Amino acid sequence: MAKIIVVTSGKGGVGKTTTAASFAAGLAMRGHKTIVIDFDVGLRNLDLIMGCERRVVFDFVNVINGEANLKQAMIRDKRIDNLYILAASQTRDKDALDLAGVERTLNKLSEEFEYIVCDSPAGIEKGALMAMHFADEALVVTNPEVSSVRDSDRVLGMLSSRTRRAEQGEEPVKEHLIVTRYAPERVGKGEMLSLEDISDILAIPLLGVVPESETVLNASNSGAPVVLEETADACYAYLDAVARFLGENRPMRFTEVKKGFFNRLMGR
Amino acid sequence: MGWLDVFRSEKKGSAQLAKERLQVVVAHRRTGGGDHPAYFPQLQQDLLAVLRRYVEVGEEAVQMDIEREGDLEVLELNITLPDTRH
Repeated sequence: MAKIIVVTSGKGGVGKTTTAASFAAGLAMRGHKTIVIDFDVGLRNLDLIMGCERRVVFDFVNVINGEANLKQAMIRDKRIDNLYILAASQTRDKDALDLAGVERTLNKLSEEFEYIVCDSPAGIEKGALMAMHFADEALVVTNPEVSSVRDSDRVLGMLSSRTRRAEQGEEPVKEHLIVTRYAPERVGKGEMLSLEDISDILAIPLLGVVPESETVLNASNSGAPVVLEETADACYAYLDAVARFLGENRPMRFTEVKKGFFNRLMGR
Repeated sequence: MGWLDVFRSEKKGSAQLAKERLQVVVAHRRTGGGDHPAYFPQLQQDLLAVLRRYVEVGEEAVQMDIEREGDLEVLELNITLPDTRH
């Protein structure tokens, strides 16, 4: 049985797809057979972030409609073993997804994979509901900014009421907070919500913090998940989050302002 | 306070302010306030209008909330009448 993880946020542009790509890649790099699915039908982008846009022949909607089988639609990542991608359809709209079809596909994938990562579209409409419906765990991606935090709270409400686990009265979806685009120096100046503020307000445990980083844009430009950019803080931030998810105890890093040469010299 | 502190104190406030504002909206949603049916505000206004045919009351005289108990939704209604003893 695979564990189903939804990457969600409510608000757009906070780093859902970046997180889904890197988290799935990180799990695969740790030896777990993982597939990442793009639920953003009509506005697919996971394929671009993963650098496999030219290899998409069949997509998630084709599979649901029986126009292709899973083997034909799954794209094996060429750089990372154990990692597969299922692209969203670019030509349909969100109504192309139906709950029964999604369930059928996830059940089938569940026989073969250890982790299924569902990359949710922004918003709280059908696509987002489909992405979270069968989830066992959720990564709630939040920027340290008021509208993102509020939208995350809204999504937490849906995770606790609109998912299969909620509807069947099972143990609730396990929620994890991922804070992205974090800028410690602005937090230090009192200009930005701190990690403590955000996890206080949302009242869910922090799984990872990804610092604001130029590398994220560079990585998306070249179609490589951030975890492959071995010189970047953001890479290690995601690898840490994956390790914590797998039960390792790793202290948070990249949460303090980097010490300059002068301060280090002074022992500060 | 040095003249530079004028700028600093303004910056100090904004994250704190964000936190306080968010705590209010999040608490509101989590106590069911964010999940009211769409007709809620209109119902509140209508109740106020009826009430005002008989007594003079302010906007805050009618407090409404929805409580969920299992499958049941209970409309909780609190109407505060003005003190008429004097």
